[in-house]
Amino acid sequence: MRHLLSTGDLSRDEATLILDTAAELAQVGDRSVKKLPTLRGRTVVNLFYEDSTRTRTSFELAAKRLSADVINFSAKGSSVSKGESLKDTALTLQAMGADGVVIRHSASGAAHRLANWVDGSVLNAGDGTHEHPTQALLDAFTMRSRLGRLDGLRVAVVGDILHSRVARSNVLLLTTLGAHVTLVAPPTLLPVSVHTWTCEVSYDLDAVLPKSDVVMMLRVQAERMHESFFPSTREYSRNYGLDGERLSRMPEEAIVMHPGPMVRGMEISAEVADSPRCTVTEQVANGVSLRMAVLYLLLGGS
Amino acid sequence: MRAQKPTPGESGGGASQVPEGTRAVLDGNEVNRALTRIAHEVLERTKGGQDVTLLGIPSRGVPLARRLARLIERVEDRTVPAGSLDITMYRDDLRSAPVRALGRTELPAGGLDDRVVVLVDDVLFSGRTVRAALDALGDLGRPRAVQLAVLVDRGHRELPIRADYVGKNLPTSLRESVTVRLEETDGHDAVLLGPARTSTAPGAGPRPGSLQRPGTTEGND
Amino acid sequence: MPDTNGPHLIRGASPLGGDPVDLLLADGRIAEIGPGLDAPAGAETVEASGLVALPGLVDLHTHLREPGREDAETVATGSRSAAMGGYTAVHAMANTDPVADTAGVVEQVWRLGREAGYCDVRPVGAVTVGLAGRQLSEIGAMADSAAGVRVFSDDGICVSDALLMRRALEYVKAFDGVVAQHAQEPRLTQGAQMNEGCVSDRLGLPGWPAVAEEAIIARDCLLAQHVGSRLHVCHVSTKGSVDIIRWAKDRGCDVTAEVTPHHLLLTEELVESYDPVYKVNPPLRTAEDVQALREGLADGTIDIVATDHAPHPVEAKETEWSTAAMGMVGLETALAVVQRTMVDTGLLTWADVAERMSAAPARIGRVQGHGRGLAVGEPANVVLYDPAAPVEADGAAMVTKSSNTPFRGMTLPGRVRATFLRGAPTVLEGKIQ
Repeated sequence: MRHLLSTGDLSRDEATLILDTAAELAQVGDRSVKKLPTLRGRTVVNLFYEDSTRTRTSFELAAKRLSADVINFSAKGSSVSKGESLKDTALTLQAMGADGVVIRHSASGAAHRLANWVDGSVLNAGDGTHEHPTQALLDAFTMRSRLGRLDGLRVAVVGDILHSRVARSNVLLLTTLGAHVTLVAPPTLLPVSVHTWTCEVSYDLDAVLPKSDVVMMLRVQAERMHESFFPSTREYSRNYGLDGERLSRMPEEAIVMHPGPMVRGMEISAEVADSPRCTVTEQVANGVSLRMAVLYLLLGGS
Repeated sequence: MRAQKPTPGESGGGASQVPEGTRAVLDGNEVNRALTRIAHEVLERTKGGQDVTLLGIPSRGVPLARRLARLIERVEDRTVPAGSLDITMYRDDLRSAPVRALGRTELPAGGLDDRVVVLVDDVLFSGRTVRAALDALGDLGRPRAVQLAVLVDRGHRELPIRADYVGKNLPTSLRESVTVRLEETDGHDAVLLGPARTSTAPGAGPRPGSLQRPGTTEGND
Repeated sequence: MPDTNGPHLIRGASPLGGDPVDLLLADGRIAEIGPGLDAPAGAETVEASGLVALPGLVDLHTHLREPGREDAETVATGSRSAAMGGYTAVHAMANTDPVADTAGVVEQVWRLGREAGYCDVRPVGAVTVGLAGRQLSEIGAMADSAAGVRVFSDDGICVSDALLMRRALEYVKAFDGVVAQHAQEPRLTQGAQMNEGCVSDRLGLPGWPAVAEEAIIARDCLLAQHVGSRLHVCHVSTKGSVDIIRWAKDRGCDVTAEVTPHHLLLTEELVESYDPVYKVNPPLRTAEDVQALREGLADGTIDIVATDHAPHPVEAKETEWSTAAMGMVGLETALAVVQRTMVDTGLLTWADVAERMSAAPARIGRVQGHGRGLAVGEPANVVLYDPAAPVEADGAAMVTKSSNTPFRGMTLPGRVRATFLRGAPTVLEGKIQ
């Protein structure tokens, strides 16, 4: 494994190795010295073209816990509008000797492009509406920690699938790991070819909830209303929002996940967001261990 | 069923379990006797095993640590905490080999502070694994003392490190390899001496701490 | 350097792939055709054994970028590239800067073409002022100018306003003109990056649905028939479009259509690399679409092959997909791609290729002196093509100023050995003169 660009590139063994490694590294967070010398002398660049304090901080902490030198290179807006092209930036990082580049970019495929231009490892931290592999991996890690398995697990992913890189990465990864995924959304927020994906599709949240071990709620931006994806936030929330009443109709041990940031009152009610069955903060904590695992596996060897 | 045998590794499937070109330098009984002797030495040197925590270094150090704990418990009738300490993240040769899968680190409840930690490994070779283990220990707590127990010391040290307890001193050539087999991991107990497996460069025999596959005895030095 | 003004005796070429004969080109015309011709005094002999002789190719859809983007291409470099591809006439699209929406701009492009002298450059006039889709440009003035514009197009942008399109179709009738429509429903393709389907969904790239092309083509065919005008459909790319055009022709609509070489060969899976060299408008489609396009070109539903040669500087392509420019260079590979996709597959003969790449485009563009047969007395616009000379496509080795060829690294079956424009060689021994 040289880069992590898409969860679709991971075999079941590779994905499991990442999760197992993360499980070992999770202990580091409980120690008095929360640091390992493993990546001493290696340089990791966080190249963020989109604001994402959450993801950037998680990667930064993960790299620092492995003793790597971390450079945060944030470029708001598109590289082109800033004058320097992504390629020139890549060559600059290359010249600085970056061993790994963590890239978040608004353009789908930006991480793939970058991987053509740098010698180091590229970690996709979210590219446009394409993928967000480490989010899917930390989601799978959280499911496995909470429910003890992934094989045969029934996972519902609910919300704006069309524009969601989290959904794409999760469908690919969870399928590889043997889980059964059902996408739930109004037809306007589903890709046209979704019937060819390796998952089920439903327009009816209430029918899916009782048969789900995990329900993953995706953020829905209110602006989508103005592009006619749905008539009103009220109607969306009524049909696809998760509230306490709906939660009560899920299996007792089922959990609620959300990649954050949550829009309370839209796709998730405050009652559900704050319930102990909601794993949002756990996902954040697991994110650091998971990203340590990926950084180690990409940069730790020869 | 092999696991039912009273003495692990006693009945060797004999020659069939010794690959061609290698010979057994310790058989199952001898392995067992060596461990029993180490257990007694630990008791002597630690005033009856007080405050002792055994930490095995994966992979084969871990079952050895558990066996030692049981042997000590049998003599002294006291519980001896045993756990495992993976040193992968502290290795000094990570960059010279493909990335290695991590072993497990399981610290016994109560932690390591003020304990007499006995590190347990199968083969002592260059000393680099033990160096890494000492670094790892430093990040995990502050033991009162750290000691080292190994089943085989094959020499060729590259660091100023020595074992406190040795099952067998085995003078070897760098052109030879030492393989420890254990009931728990390999189905039977034995220590084998054979030719070096794969040399990384023509003409150059394998050196301690050089490229080795994870999980092999050599890799754990 | 050969004597470009003197006569040329082509030895042993196969006109339209037929039996080998000699052709004598003199005084800008084909002077003699026959076996074993005597070389007149001062004639340059061109050995053409094994080469196919075709009438000089005519491209109805070329972007020469001048004025405005001379860093990507100029009229001079673009027409040299055309000659290398076997073309003797090209139509320069109107989306330059300034836009070719006045007699002044089209005459400038026409004059630059004449000065370069590698092929006849026929400017296309914009349908609407500034390609803005609001007001008709001075179509009459461009038609009456020295450039004699007959093809009008807002290419790159669709004339999506149905009423404006109707008016344009009607207005060009006065000059025997044709409106060449870039069929793309704008609201259905906002932010579109590639063909909409399985691949776009997987790659997370906004899709360009086939219906956005097909709906406009259907509408325009109905409009053209209603007002009795000529309609030309640019770069048809979907199976549905082929079906609609076939239907429209059946019911008597005066519609012609073009397909690009890249849409005859390449499919959307190439986008999986996220390499914008494969980014083009209309986008690469599916294998099923490619097959329908080949069949449509074979049965005459699609009249011609046009390159949509669209040069871009390196920095417009060496970037992330969504910010990259759309378009591919194609003049120098067109004939070889057509051989591979249509001739080697048995779908077209060389005579059919001459019809679709020379005669028909000349007719649609009302180009005088091009697209005529290889017969004594005709203008000596001739291309000699070697169909058995496999070559790996390489943008850097091309004559065009840009290098964004999607065929990079692919082996194409043949190459142009010589091109003659009114008897003067623009390409000889595969080299620009």
